[in-house]
Amino acid sequence: MLKISTTPHFQTQVNTRQIMLDVIIALLPAALAAVLFFGVNALLVILTSVASCVFFEYAVCRWWLKSANTTHDLSAIITGLLLAYNLPSSIPLGMILAGAFMAIVVAKMCYGGLGKNIFNPALVGRVFLFISFPVQMTHWPQPHFLNFFAVDAQTGATTLGLLKHMEPGTTPPEGILPSYEDMFIGNIGGCIGEISALALLLGLIYLLWRGIITWHIPFYYVGTVFILTGILYLLTGDIRYDPLRHILSGGLLLGAFFMATDYATSPMTVRGQVLYAIACGILTVVIRLYGAYPEGVSFAILIMNAFVPLIDKYVHGRIFGHRR
Amino acid sequence: MTHIIFISMAVLGGTALVSAVILFLTAKKFNIPEDSRLEEIEALLPQANCGGCGRAGCHDFAQSCLQASAQEFAALNCPVGGLPVMKKIAAFLGYTAVKKEATRAVLRCNGSCQNAPAKITYDGVSSCRIAHLISSGQSGCPNGCLHLGDCIKVCPFGALKLDEKTFLPVVDANKCTSCGACVGICPRGLFEIRAAGPYVACRNTQKGAIARKNCKAACIACGKCTKISSDILLENNLSYIPSSAATRSLGEELRKSCPTGAICLTTEKKDE
Amino acid sequence: MNKVKTFSMGGIHPNKYKMTSASPIMDAGLPEIVTIPVKQHIGAPAKILVKKGDKVKIGTLLADADGIISADVHSSVSGEVLKIESAEGGNGYLEDMITIRVEGNEYEETIDRTGQISRDIPLTAAEIIGKIREAGIVGMGGAGFPTPVKAAVPEGKKVDCLIINGIECEPFLTADERLMIEKAEQIVLGAKILNKALGIQNAIIAVDENKPKAIEILNKITKTYIGVNVQPCATKYPQGGEKQLIAAITGHEVPSGKLPVDVGCVVQNVGTVFAIYEAVIKNKPLYERVITVSGDACAHPGNFLVRIGTPISYLIEKTGGLNKNVAQVILGGPMMGSAVTNIHAPVTKLTSGILLLSEKLSHKEQETDCIRCGKCALVCPVGLEPFLIRRLMSEYQTDKLRAAHVQDCIECGCCAYTCPARIPLLDYCKLAKLELKKKK
Repeated sequence: MLKISTTPHFQTQVNTRQIMLDVIIALLPAALAAVLFFGVNALLVILTSVASCVFFEYAVCRWWLKSANTTHDLSAIITGLLLAYNLPSSIPLGMILAGAFMAIVVAKMCYGGLGKNIFNPALVGRVFLFISFPVQMTHWPQPHFLNFFAVDAQTGATTLGLLKHMEPGTTPPEGILPSYEDMFIGNIGGCIGEISALALLLGLIYLLWRGIITWHIPFYYVGTVFILTGILYLLTGDIRYDPLRHILSGGLLLGAFFMATDYATSPMTVRGQVLYAIACGILTVVIRLYGAYPEGVSFAILIMNAFVPLIDKYVHGRIFGHRR
Repeated sequence: MTHIIFISMAVLGGTALVSAVILFLTAKKFNIPEDSRLEEIEALLPQANCGGCGRAGCHDFAQSCLQASAQEFAALNCPVGGLPVMKKIAAFLGYTAVKKEATRAVLRCNGSCQNAPAKITYDGVSSCRIAHLISSGQSGCPNGCLHLGDCIKVCPFGALKLDEKTFLPVVDANKCTSCGACVGICPRGLFEIRAAGPYVACRNTQKGAIARKNCKAACIACGKCTKISSDILLENNLSYIPSSAATRSLGEELRKSCPTGAICLTTEKKDE
Repeated sequence: MNKVKTFSMGGIHPNKYKMTSASPIMDAGLPEIVTIPVKQHIGAPAKILVKKGDKVKIGTLLADADGIISADVHSSVSGEVLKIESAEGGNGYLEDMITIRVEGNEYEETIDRTGQISRDIPLTAAEIIGKIREAGIVGMGGAGFPTPVKAAVPEGKKVDCLIINGIECEPFLTADERLMIEKAEQIVLGAKILNKALGIQNAIIAVDENKPKAIEILNKITKTYIGVNVQPCATKYPQGGEKQLIAAITGHEVPSGKLPVDVGCVVQNVGTVFAIYEAVIKNKPLYERVITVSGDACAHPGNFLVRIGTPISYLIEKTGGLNKNVAQVILGGPMMGSAVTNIHAPVTKLTSGILLLSEKLSHKEQETDCIRCGKCALVCPVGLEPFLIRRLMSEYQTDKLRAAHVQDCIECGCCAYTCPARIPLLDYCKLAKLELKKKK
């Protein structure tokens, strides 16, 4: 029997699962960097986070919604990885469970699952932990390269924390701030996934090569932060506004490459994405420089997530054959 | 200290007063006088806003009722509310309501999965209108039901459901209000609003032999029914039974006369 | 070589599957019976001139154009008219068709069948258009718009650019590519003829980059013809869409709801241009065309010169038959072609290919939830937001469809091709267009 169907009669091989798999692959270099610098603790954090996220999604589908199991689209693994990347390696594992519950059950499944959530689940999980357990969430172990079983006893402030609490206009003594090379490679304190700019860049290149995301959000987000802090740096010469340090430290690259670009919580059109990324950049700089917290990426992205439906409603691309 | 309180009270009170005056004036200026009876008639209507009466909605219908003379009123009918609602409106306006013939939608196709077996598989979106665009359908009959149920989705009263055996939509005459939504959506124009009685459940205009090849229950224009009643029309290889008292009385005879089973009878409504 | 050009908005790069690029055009031979539809174009069906029992030759006029937007239909074989009645077309709907039993292979005397290429065009513009009309030529890219209407400049309009569409952006199809390789000079001459009809001096043959051989041959020939140039274009779907091609070549966008002639362009398919050459110089009506028979379930794919009216099943038999791998038979390309319900339907002037697709290739995965990736909007060559149109349709917000510019949709299928959640976005767009039409 012949089959009739509507056009087009064949489709691309890339389906939802394939896309999610590509994102996971793109996130792997950062996981490697985390394990290299924070040892087995980082691995434990990642595994706990991923396992609990997948479990919570399975549990919700199985026992609460009694619907088809959606874990095989692999999106819960991404949420798990991103949540882990936003935590310090010394965090007690029980807290990760709470974060994963918040991320998957409250921020994702309560809204209707993949594609329907308004806020980035991993960021909701992180911010929930950040506000609930401020001590544990700002306890930053120092990296110990290739020393896998070292105890994360030695702690220190992150680069952004140091910059935040510096006297205006002063230059800190040599050796307090990490060098640019260390920041690029990841030999600094911070959340386990955000330390290595190199690993994140590799992930970004993979995502762009596979066509999973377009360059707009990462470029405009990082670019806005660079330009705003750059202007302030040129005007004042104050090291607190050093644009390179602002890009290489904190969660900016992780946020701009992997979390602001999250499909479900970013605008659909390119114009909307540009607007969203620039707004994220401005909010990040404002929170970092003038807010109470040293880091503002997660808050900036979450705030802009709330505006995405509005952006989608009012920002549209140009239509072919209509006036520019 | 006290003078601050007085100033605040004065400012607030003044603002309130000015706003009140502005509101009063705009309400006066933009007031559209509406017959109070209109609202009362509208309250009597079922508020289905289905358009079955031929008006844009219940508000529009109420307006028509209000403007109608006694004679014109007799021609108006709310298919959803039926006689009880029309009686209430008539009582309100001082007219008399006339009993209208009860109608329902009928599907003029008997191409069930058994009568018109599938020759090809359809692997596309579940929409008759799309399937109609790309091909004549699974059975090959270019006029037959496509079994994808656009009519069921559009029915505002839940009067249609897909029969699990025949895959044809079945009209629940008691729920059907003759609003005509299914008539508008069916890409093949299979629905007709008619009174109870016999009807030809086929729209195929192909020659008898070709029509039969695709569907066992097709009208083959043999003309047997036209011999029973001269009212019955035979055009384009297809017969059509007009809805009238004469044909209604011949219902069972007509059904039996059809060699292919293309003539069907509708069931009576409960209140008939 | 000129710089490679392309359109700026959207587009996709589907797998090419051009396995027949190197197969020379072969004569498909004569079937026993041909059925020729009287409506193979946009517009009114042609009026039938013959009756049952008439003897016809190749090129005999069977049906006469009924009005301006209509086209003549000629016999593609010699033989006897068996019946004139409505029969099922490829999509299962009835069309009026003339069935002819093939007897011998006799041509009308007026047709010049010598292989000689005649390089001068002695006719005036009006005579050229008259010849095109008499030959029953329609746009052979698939639209089927009667060509004489497009070859004449409308009152008050100015044409300054003739674009010959040699872009075959649909996967599998190679008929136009082979035609450009084998009949390059005739195509260039056809372009010159059209130039004369339009009263302009230049023509651009647009060819996509994945046809290096065609570009090379055309470049060599156009050296001796002033005014005709070859323009390589990037390999991207839907580069062959009329409006996309004009945007790529000239940079002008045809305004919404307007025709190419409003930006001074006329676009003709290479197949049409070749037919114009044959009609004007050789007096040959359009009774045969080159089509590709291919597909991943086709045993012996190839390019064939086929008489109009040949049953699809004849060509399927010739290329290896309907084996058990075949899940779908497609008329045209896999992106915009139509699935066939009746394989005994005839090849028409608009058939560019017959594809036999396997279940593996044509399988449609189960639809899942939209993940808001925005890829549909990214690939839309018109800049529409298919996800939005789908939402409006499923929420019955049909009053907002016009603001979403659904009427500008070219139905290329890029959105549905790309969607990772396998949502049939194109179907929603088509439904939305129907909805808008109903409102008018």
